[in-house]
Amino acid sequence: MIKIQGVYKSFDELEVLKGVDLDVKKGEVISVIGGSGSGKSTLLYCINGIEKIQQGNIIVDEIDVHAKGTNRDNLRQRLGMVFQQFNSFPHLTVLENASLAPRIVKKLKKKEAIEIAKEELNNVGLSDKFDEYPTRMSGGQQQRLAIARALAMKPEYMLFDEVTSALDPELVGEVLDTLRMLSDAGMTMICVTHEIAFAREVSDKIAFFHQGIIEELGTPEQVISNPQKETTQKFLSKVLH
Amino acid sequence: MEYVFHWNIVFQKMPQLLHGAFVTLHLSVSAMLIGIVIAVLLAIAKMSKSRIYSLPATIWVEIARNTPALFQIYMAYFGLGALGIHLSPYVAVLSALIFVNAGYLTETFRGGFQSIPETQYNASKSLGMSSIQVYRYIILPQMFRRIYHPMTNQFVWSILMSSLGILVGMNELSGETQRLQSLSFRTLEFFIVAAIMYFIITKFVLLSASLVSKKLFKGDI
Repeated sequence: MIKIQGVYKSFDELEVLKGVDLDVKKGEVISVIGGSGSGKSTLLYCINGIEKIQQGNIIVDEIDVHAKGTNRDNLRQRLGMVFQQFNSFPHLTVLENASLAPRIVKKLKKKEAIEIAKEELNNVGLSDKFDEYPTRMSGGQQQRLAIARALAMKPEYMLFDEVTSALDPELVGEVLDTLRMLSDAGMTMICVTHEIAFAREVSDKIAFFHQGIIEELGTPEQVISNPQKETTQKFLSKVLH
Repeated sequence: MEYVFHWNIVFQKMPQLLHGAFVTLHLSVSAMLIGIVIAVLLAIAKMSKSRIYSLPATIWVEIARNTPALFQIYMAYFGLGALGIHLSPYVAVLSALIFVNAGYLTETFRGGFQSIPETQYNASKSLGMSSIQVYRYIILPQMFRRIYHPMTNQFVWSILMSSLGILVGMNELSGETQRLQSLSFRTLEFFIVAAIMYFIITKFVLLSASLVSKKLFKGDI
């Protein structure tokens, strides 16, 4: 379980998170929606400790992410993350991309790491690309590689940071299909997304972010079909047209 | 005016010349390899937000890039000698070349590091890699590809600059040529042959570098 309690985060003068509370239970899919600059992505970076927080707590499976003694490198093995930019490692083949971390972080034998990587790559439909270099693949393929690479670490949770925003429209579908497959398989996911229809379809809960706080939280029916707050209504009317 | 070439004496002294060429190659390769290692550390230090690291690195780079290599060799040989630290000509020239190689390469490497998006670092961290692993497996391999060609240029420069060893009586190719020509007074012949040897050494290094790059760098950047 991930518990986010009273989290404040600022970059110098700029306050980005102003008291965020959120619980994510095992098996839940939570989508975070909201305007640009509302702090959605920053929250993900704080959950896996890439960004520090100024106040509050983030607890992942009883481990306080931002406590002094926490080994965050170890903790991140539980928290897979996929980014808006694909972040493939351009000097490594697809198979090396996916097998590197299991090999050097989890210290698996090379053969074992490769087997796990192949399995995850198969699941995202990249079985014919093992020896390809990522820069020669489409954005959709690279993003599926990024998902397989994260999954090869066998994480307990997956954090998705606007993973379709940098894709050409015709490639969005294949990546969303992969996310659907994951949610069907019971993966615990936090998706920061602009794909409202997708969020409504797969999420157990939707969190609407506005100016650094969660303005509204509830089931897709509550937040998207029947929003209570004016800011939520305004945002939705803009993105749903 | 008529100049009669006498090549025989040069051919007789070929073993000594070849030995000088070998010392030159050995000296420049060592100066380059050690210079690369130091430059990686200096580049990381120079990018540090803490002045304790960035200031010494900046001073090193500024002195290395803005003073003549000749003076640096003199400093290492005569300067340190005056202070009671007596280096052999080989060590003095090697130290000076390492100093100047590291200085120039630091700036090259810093540019290389900065050309790699920070998101590569974040993505690697998110997979549980330690900072050292991120550098070892993700950042450095990409950085080296991007700066590989500027780096080989520095290598050639370093080979040619090692000829300054002549000034502290070192037995590298130039020093050896100088010594041999002064015994026979066939100055032109000896220096022509030495020039050809320098040419062959630099071409050999460039060719090896290009072969190594084909073997090493398979993906695109």
